[in-house]
Amino acid sequence: MSATENGWQPAPDLPPPSSSVGIIGWIRQNLFSSPLNIFLTVVGLYIIYKAGVPILDWVFWSADFSGEDQSACTSGGACWVFVGQRLSFFIYGFYPESEYWRINVLFVLLAVLIIPQMIPAFPHKKWLGWFFLVGFPIVSYVLLLGGSFSLPHVETEKWGGLMLTLVISFVGIVFALPLGTLLALGRRSDMPVIRAICVGFIELWRGVPLISVLFMASVMLPLFLSEGAHFNKLLRALIGIVMFQSAYMAEVVRGGLQAIPKGQYEAAAALGLGYWRSMGLVILPQALKLVIPGIVNTFIALFKDTTLVLIIGLLDILASVQAAITDPAWSAVAAEGYVFTAVAFWIFCFGMSRYSQGLERRLDTGHKKR
Amino acid sequence: MSDTASQEPAETKTAPMIQMIGVHKWYGEFHVLKDINLDVDHRERIVICGPSGSGKSTLIRCINRLEEHQQGRIIVEGIELTSDLKHIEQIRRDVGMVFQHFNLFPHLTVLENLTLAPIWVRKTPRAEAEKAAMTYLERVKIPEQAKKYPGQLSGGQQQRVAIARSLCMNPKIMLFDEPTSALDPEMIKEVLDVMIELAESGMTMLCVTHEMGFAKTVADRVIFMDSGEIIEQNNPDQFFDNPQHDRTKLFLSQIL
Repeated sequence: MSATENGWQPAPDLPPPSSSVGIIGWIRQNLFSSPLNIFLTVVGLYIIYKAGVPILDWVFWSADFSGEDQSACTSGGACWVFVGQRLSFFIYGFYPESEYWRINVLFVLLAVLIIPQMIPAFPHKKWLGWFFLVGFPIVSYVLLLGGSFSLPHVETEKWGGLMLTLVISFVGIVFALPLGTLLALGRRSDMPVIRAICVGFIELWRGVPLISVLFMASVMLPLFLSEGAHFNKLLRALIGIVMFQSAYMAEVVRGGLQAIPKGQYEAAAALGLGYWRSMGLVILPQALKLVIPGIVNTFIALFKDTTLVLIIGLLDILASVQAAITDPAWSAVAAEGYVFTAVAFWIFCFGMSRYSQGLERRLDTGHKKR
Repeated sequence: MSDTASQEPAETKTAPMIQMIGVHKWYGEFHVLKDINLDVDHRERIVICGPSGSGKSTLIRCINRLEEHQQGRIIVEGIELTSDLKHIEQIRRDVGMVFQHFNLFPHLTVLENLTLAPIWVRKTPRAEAEKAAMTYLERVKIPEQAKKYPGQLSGGQQQRVAIARSLCMNPKIMLFDEPTSALDPEMIKEVLDVMIELAESGMTMLCVTHEMGFAKTVADRVIFMDSGEIIEQNNPDQFFDNPQHDRTKLFLSQIL
């Protein structure tokens, strides 16, 4: 095996030249390698300085952080007093204050379930993951809606703020992925009827804007239902979003299925694995892993699209910020609310993005040959 | 070898393991298999050779229904291959297949590749399946790679894992579809050694290969195919030293 047996030694590895490594090497190579690059670097730094300082000034240095109402905001910068005063409204909506603890318990539970997923060595992660997908929604449903276990009932009309945004996106994500996967498999099925149904479903939902789906769910659906059938508005919106997003998800997953070489299907079949086992054990684990970026992309789009529910009168985080801005007591603030919303969205979306990158690295079994 | 063969019940002698009767297959307009008649006996080792596009791979892929034939009958171990999924899965459980490009499952470790089908198809308990898998890995001489992923192995090692994966299902027949064609020259021998060992253990084998040395060493019968037909079949000595058909002579003169 080894070459040393017959006295031959490969030449030793030498270190790379020092000018090409380290921070200094990087700066020299990328920022100051030629007169033009030096010029561009200086201009770039100047633009960053001119734009960055006023932003920092507005956000931090001239901003007001403490006070009771907008009369405390006098220094000309951002009025964070507004966000601080109305924060509970942005997070809980019209949920009764005495019942905030129910939502807080769910926030804590959510953190307890998500953080271990970020730590590769954490034990029993699989079970925590399953509880997250199956148990957590049930617990959330019982806690948020109440009406059982001597918890007072809180009707969904009072749900709002960040909590409503999270409810809608969580339901959307948890249902859209499995449904989308089934649709993708159906679209590649050998059975013409199943294929036709799936193609029809996907093309129908993908062909309409989400806004019109939401309008139809809130305005048209009740017209078709019989008089007595009362159908919760939030539930209708949720069904619309799940249907809409699962059509997108189906196409993402189908891309992954198409990327799996035919040999994998054949090897699974040759071993005697039937259709569902081939798919579940061999094809889908690989296909879904391949399209993690696409799946997370869809999740992030879904998360941000939840803001559209404000047009059918659901009070998500953006809608609650807007409602607070129109309040005459805060007539001088507006941008602060939107910045707050943007930052809140950014934190969640960036978190999802980072998690997916970590997941890709962790699931990489090196078959890409580096 | 002859000792163990004589212990088999007489019945297996009379009924062939695989019977192909007047099999035709088309890919669209293209006629790939033309009236194939082939009986494979218990423990028989057959090498199929021929120019590319001659239908040799298609022929063995019809035996486990990776390809569907449109005319004629294929009977494997007394079960006729029809569109009945039950029959197809029953046959696939007993017919192992090794592919040109290995087709290992890249998301599973070597050991998981080996135990997947025994656990899910044969319902073998995991511990038992893993023990059996380790014996087969020792047989193909790479037990130390059990925890690695296929992407971390060389081509020769991957192909040996693929052979072990098929063996884990205790197949009665093994099909090899150009098992060494995608390998670097250095690695062909290690795979052929495993195949020779398997042949000597008495496995019924059908092997599509260009390795004529392998054919001479282990085959009971060499089949030569061209444009979808079986042109000539004979034992290796006769086949290589005294080919009957002009097409066979031309083919042999080009590869030997």
